[in-house]
Amino acid sequence: MNLLEYDAKRLVLAPANIRLLDGALCHTVAEAAAAAERIGPCVVKAQVPTGKRGKAGGIRLAATPAEARDAAERILGMNIAGHPVASVMIEAQAAIIHEYYAAVLHAPRERCSLVLFSTEGGMDIEEIAESRPEMLRKHWVRTIDQFDEADAMEMLDGLALGTAHAEIARILVAMYRRYRETDAELIEINPLVQLADGNIAALDCKFVLDDGAAYRQSALAAAAAPDPSTSLERRASEVGLKFIELDGPVGILANGAGLTMTTMDVVSVLGGKPANFLEIGGDAYTKAEPALELLLAKPEIRALVVNFCGAFARTDVMARGVVEAWQRLEPDLPVFFSVHGTGSDEAVALVRDAFGIEPFDLMEDAVRAAIEAAQ
Amino acid sequence: MSTFPIIRRSDRIVVIGMTGGQGTFWTERMREVGTQIVAGVNPKRAGETHLGLPVFASVNAVVRSMQADVAVMFVPPAGVRDAALDVIDAGVGGLVMLTEHVPAHDMLDVFSASDARGCRIVGPNTAGLVTPGEAFVGIMPGHNNKVFSPGRVGVISRSGSLGTLVCLNLTRGGFGQSSFIGIGGDPMIGTTSLDALIALDRDERTDAVVLVGEIGGTMEEEAADYARTMGKPVVAFIAGRAAPPGRKMGHAGAIVAGSGGSYPSKRAALEAADVAVADTPHGIVGALAARLPALAKMPA
Repeated sequence: MNLLEYDAKRLVLAPANIRLLDGALCHTVAEAAAAAERIGPCVVKAQVPTGKRGKAGGIRLAATPAEARDAAERILGMNIAGHPVASVMIEAQAAIIHEYYAAVLHAPRERCSLVLFSTEGGMDIEEIAESRPEMLRKHWVRTIDQFDEADAMEMLDGLALGTAHAEIARILVAMYRRYRETDAELIEINPLVQLADGNIAALDCKFVLDDGAAYRQSALAAAAAPDPSTSLERRASEVGLKFIELDGPVGILANGAGLTMTTMDVVSVLGGKPANFLEIGGDAYTKAEPALELLLAKPEIRALVVNFCGAFARTDVMARGVVEAWQRLEPDLPVFFSVHGTGSDEAVALVRDAFGIEPFDLMEDAVRAAIEAAQ
Repeated sequence: MSTFPIIRRSDRIVVIGMTGGQGTFWTERMREVGTQIVAGVNPKRAGETHLGLPVFASVNAVVRSMQADVAVMFVPPAGVRDAALDVIDAGVGGLVMLTEHVPAHDMLDVFSASDARGCRIVGPNTAGLVTPGEAFVGIMPGHNNKVFSPGRVGVISRSGSLGTLVCLNLTRGGFGQSSFIGIGGDPMIGTTSLDALIALDRDERTDAVVLVGEIGGTMEEEAADYARTMGKPVVAFIAGRAAPPGRKMGHAGAIVAGSGGSYPSKRAALEAADVAVADTPHGIVGALAARLPALAKMPA
């Protein structure tokens, strides 16, 4: 889950006393003009949870309220990488002496956390790592050790930060503390800047909340920007299912993320096009019936593959859900099964009785049949 | 001497959360195949007997009265951190974490402690470990002989459902398994593809390895570097070639950002290391037959 820049600054950075420029969140052109009236020369920034806003035309300078109104007019309603722009942030312009990069994030390979800092800010971290690797400092942290100002000072040692050294160290420690407190996957300030008056301020902030911790970060989770999604995808998430709509005609119902992705892959490898990702693995194996209902509501689907391989998920429970939804909704759709693993004897019998067909031995053959039927 | 993460019948196993519905069901399945379960843990039921086994308040309490080699947890996400720290603190050498959606910051605390104490973790979000004909821990159909059969092919999988399908295909194709290591679908896990590959490379009962990976992260690339140095053939399947970029496909680990962790990146790294990459799950069987001398096949 991502926060918008405005929320990340207000909810994550401000409580840690990290300096921000004067700013306001605006949902209309009139609000933007009024905010610019109060703030003065400003930057008008699209509030969408994605990078590359600048390149997409989502960030504009405005010297006057009229220019801010004009910029907001252009930006509101844009679509940036699939995200409709519903709000802009009006933020004061500032004289900048230097741009830095700072981040705290998970380091999955080392199974710990990573604090990053570079004296080269304002571009992507991938570019920084590529173009000026000697300017990128990394410090891995185990939670047992914590990360304090001495660690931060040591990390920054030799970087010629001048008077900013101690304040940047303090900010890195504050970022680490907020990262721990907020169950963040990532807190990134890019750029972190030194202003003409010597102060250090966050000009942007990217914040990613760990989905698994949403239950105990309710304020942040409530503020999270919604994923780009279709109405069917939203319906799915309301019943606790992960559904992604794709372009093809071959519908897929499978259990477990790995098996579902694999079913999509096999459709694609055998020359077909998958219509969706939808899995009912884990605790969701009891949800075959609502899952099938979602698929049947997608008119582009011309054939369906049901691919179950039960480990924890019981295929008999899943097959019963499919049969019940099918008998209730009576769709006119060719369906092809492959069913193995936990509960498969009973599941196969259910499919035979209800559909009068035999599940395919190999999932590859079920997929091949569905591709043909969808043509 | 424990060979964890290769599970053996000699491993003495504690089931945390054994008295719950899933804990009870899977403890019965594990024992059906001969797995040596020695105790259960539930703070509210300490002192009772369940399935004929003693129930303790904590793993620390278990190890005060008996030896334990491996702990497996049937615990909801919010309780995982403290239960895992109890296992680590008790000095148990192996921990299998089945739970999905464990907060990552809780896992940072767990890994910080396990590294300090030398506890080997498998998971979280794993379906478990199976050594056919011997023992299994977790929520795999280790008791189903249509899926698992004893043999000499080691299998590593991030996914339980796909791992089940692969083992089923191997069994039907005449290739029994020396051991199945489910490593888990999360991006941050205790035993990586590489760790599991090293374990199976050192295992005398394993002649070849099937590596079942997924897009996201760089684990398969790291395993490829090691596979290059192995004398045993390795065959791989990587799920997610048709996944749209940038969308989370259920497994938190399977998200592709930029070029790192993409299907082409993983496939190229594996093929450069002389690992055969199958296009479909059933293709694994053919690729294995081409690479493995007939002796590894099960007797008819």
